[in-house]
Amino acid sequence: MIPIAPPLIEFRAVDLAFGDHLVLGKLSLQIRPGEIVCVVGPSGCGKTTALRVAAGLIPPTRGEVAFAGALVKAPCRDVAVVFQDYSKALLPWRTADGNVSLALEAMGTPRSLRRERIAALLKRVGLLPYANKYPAQMSGGMQQRLQIARCLAQDPAALMMDEPFGALDAMTRQSLQDELLEIARATQATIFFVTHDLEEAIYLGDRVIGLKPHPGRVGLELEIGLPRPRDQVATRESPEFLRLRRALYDFIHVTEGGGAP
Amino acid sequence: MKAAKALALPAALLVLAEIGARVAGPSDSIAPPTQVVAAFAGALADGSLIAATRDTLASAFGGLAIGASLGLVLGIVLGSLRTLDRLMELALELLRPIPSVAVIPIALVALGFGYRLEIVIVAVACFWPLLILARAAVGGVEPRLIDVARALRLSPLQRTIKIVAPAALPRIFVAFRLAAGISLIVAVTVEIAVNPQGLGYEVMTAGQALRPELMLAYLIWIGIVGFALNAALVFAQNRLFGEAGRVEAVQ
Repeated sequence: MIPIAPPLIEFRAVDLAFGDHLVLGKLSLQIRPGEIVCVVGPSGCGKTTALRVAAGLIPPTRGEVAFAGALVKAPCRDVAVVFQDYSKALLPWRTADGNVSLALEAMGTPRSLRRERIAALLKRVGLLPYANKYPAQMSGGMQQRLQIARCLAQDPAALMMDEPFGALDAMTRQSLQDELLEIARATQATIFFVTHDLEEAIYLGDRVIGLKPHPGRVGLELEIGLPRPRDQVATRESPEFLRLRRALYDFIHVTEGGGAP
Repeated sequence: MKAAKALALPAALLVLAEIGARVAGPSDSIAPPTQVVAAFAGALADGSLIAATRDTLASAFGGLAIGASLGLVLGIVLGSLRTLDRLMELALELLRPIPSVAVIPIALVALGFGYRLEIVIVAVACFWPLLILARAAVGGVEPRLIDVARALRLSPLQRTIKIVAPAALPRIFVAFRLAAGISLIVAVTVEIAVNPQGLGYEVMTAGQALRPELMLAYLIWIGIVGFALNAALVFAQNRLFGEAGRVEAVQ
């Protein structure tokens, strides 16, 4: 990949402190438009915090984050956030329909246009037959699909995904990975994907960023040259996949075992 | 069949009470169920039961409306504004343990007998459950939903209407049910203690007149009124919030 376009998301020497505790230290990172960047790292390395800073949910203590050239000061509609805990992020008193509608209401989409938009979005994530079901009546995978549909309703340029498939069983996770890649291909959305699953990071990403902890900063960058479309069996069996997996495992092993720099 | 089974035990107890009361002979504190029913019919016929019920419910509902609204508003404000909540905490925690009926002497001096006295005492009693539970309900809205509201850039008004209110309402309604029960208890208590009106006063005078059958008739009637009030509110709760609301309310 040749970085021709200016970065869509750019961390510029971002420090983030909670009290005396420095979570992110001089984190610098550039994400190109349309790129899928997966962020991995040992627990406590600040992956989720980095995502929240990029989404404008937490202001950086020092440094800055730019989105499409403008400084991020607050959440913006061009960036959608998919949270890990889908059951808490959905409105339990609204149906699938109503949950997608929330994003359209937030954007001020006229009522007359909503119905059609909602149906199209639910169809895209395969939930059209469940439009009138409440989240509590859905499986975890369906709830996460619903949250993704709500995020797509914003028609975002970037999707921020915080370990979105971490709580799902292996089979559901793999189908959602493939659905996500299809969505990324169709919408050309830029994806910032935080995960603790190294294979998932390689399988999805154009690039994988490994964070080092205390404070969180970039410790490893891997370009993933695996051909697309990717395949759950063939891709994961390819020598290149295994080589990347080895590199990533070694990195995590060293950072977790080695502790502070 | 189910109803017949459920009624079997109370019916047997009534028969036992009837026999027991008749065997024990005349008493100042208990009466056979047949006499209680007769006394009830008498009080219903001469209008005293209806007048007393009206007086008690007027005070209970008046106090409930005032106390619950004030508690609700303050609870929502304190639940939303953490700083103000911390400033008010000590004052509220010092005031809260004061039993509402302990205010009776002051209220009596200030207001005299009548509806106003009773409404004020009931309002004080109903204020607290709404304040405490509304504050907790609003402050306890799932933080992730607040994140969602921020990520979607909902305005403060949209956030309150679309997220905070629906999330907090089922719990607030439970607080209202609690307060409604309290309102009836406190109204009757005030009537028994000082206020010469309503169901509590009728219980008192029947007892003092050595008419246990009338006293018991009023007691049972108060129980029925309280039961009906709660049943109506449970019905409303289920209609308003459905299955999901009930689950959330229990947690």
